[in-house]
Amino acid sequence: MTTHDHGDGPSRRKVLECMTWAGTGVLWTISGGVPYSLGLVDEAMAADAKGLTFLQISDSHMGFDKPANPNAKGTLEEAIARIKAIPTKPAFMIHTGDITHLSKESEFDDADKIISQAKLDVHYVPGEHDIIDPDIRLYKERYGRGTKGSGYYSFDANGVHFVGLVNVANLKGGGMGSLGEEQLKWIEDDLKGKSASTPIVVFAHIPLWAVYPQWGWGTEDSAQALGLLKRFGSVTVLNGHIHQVMQKVEGNVTFHTARSTAFPQPAPGSAPSPGPMKVPDDKLRSMLGTVSVTFKLGEQRLAIIDTPLQS
Amino acid sequence: MNLTGTLARGAMAGLVSAFIAAASPARAADIAVKIDNFTFNPQQITVKAGDTVIWVNHDDIPHTVTSKTMAFRSKAMDTDDKFSFTFATTGSYAYFCALHPHMTGTIVVEAK
Repeated sequence: MTTHDHGDGPSRRKVLECMTWAGTGVLWTISGGVPYSLGLVDEAMAADAKGLTFLQISDSHMGFDKPANPNAKGTLEEAIARIKAIPTKPAFMIHTGDITHLSKESEFDDADKIISQAKLDVHYVPGEHDIIDPDIRLYKERYGRGTKGSGYYSFDANGVHFVGLVNVANLKGGGMGSLGEEQLKWIEDDLKGKSASTPIVVFAHIPLWAVYPQWGWGTEDSAQALGLLKRFGSVTVLNGHIHQVMQKVEGNVTFHTARSTAFPQPAPGSAPSPGPMKVPDDKLRSMLGTVSVTFKLGEQRLAIIDTPLQS
Repeated sequence: MNLTGTLARGAMAGLVSAFIAAASPARAADIAVKIDNFTFNPQQITVKAGDTVIWVNHDDIPHTVTSKTMAFRSKAMDTDDKFSFTFATTGSYAYFCALHPHMTGTIVVEAK
């Protein structure tokens, strides 16, 4: 379901546990579709400093003040402070949505004020919490310039093609996340003419794989989008929404979800609902964090490093 | 008189007054639907035309009450926020949370 063993022994599962519970960053490499871990964060940083490195943050939930984390602003500030302290400046940052908790102007203001401290370009996609105001006005005004539909777009960096998708708009009762016909058509057009060797990074808020449909953790029409990506040799799908690290590899596609900077959520099915999870105060920061992704060009190699706020 | 008997009589009196309220054509009722753990509770409920349904969000996450036909539509309800709608017309009204669409519910409205 959430992790697949490919006969590469116990290390992968152990390492995943390690990332989640002990908060150790781990370098993943992909070779022939099979992931294996190479070592801890420091080695990873040293080995891959020369590729394209970008960061992912997610689920900042500005305005959230419930028991699971009464100070979501403070933990976002901590995450940004850590990003500022990275010795090699990343190329840019992506934010995979739920910037705010209730789409309020003051919440967007707080997010901008804190995130801009990183002094990096930020490419956003909205979460469902960012589009609750009428007509999605606030999100579109701030982040939607030059995007299509409810905010999807693509761009290129260092030979890598990035596709930012929106799977939180116009959701239908009884369903999960959804891209919709118009966006799927746009993806098809956007990928047309791209060579199969172009590394592709797709990012969206809700996971583009069925993590746990009972909680709505999936995207109804993701199979159609992934069908359009089949011919590419290296596809990385980065999501948020579930406030925990999960990874799955299917053929040439690596799926990865990021931690939140605001509050953790329970593992699929381990609680009555996916609501915010209250953990002991001294444990909270080990369950919040950011992601760094590095491509070493010329090799079919990708590294995703999850770094908690506190290890 | 024992305690159980008292409780039973109290409950009976409550039922009788509820019955009178429902049977009286002049008085419409307020019906509560709780939003808890990402579910509408009760998920399906039958009310009379003219009754008002009041949803209250008890989760730490915002939810909406959104009719599939847009017959009614709440704003995002934060913790403890309420939304109410008076059902004037009979019929079956399917709704969901526009933020978490796996959350669904139905209000069935019968004639008075």
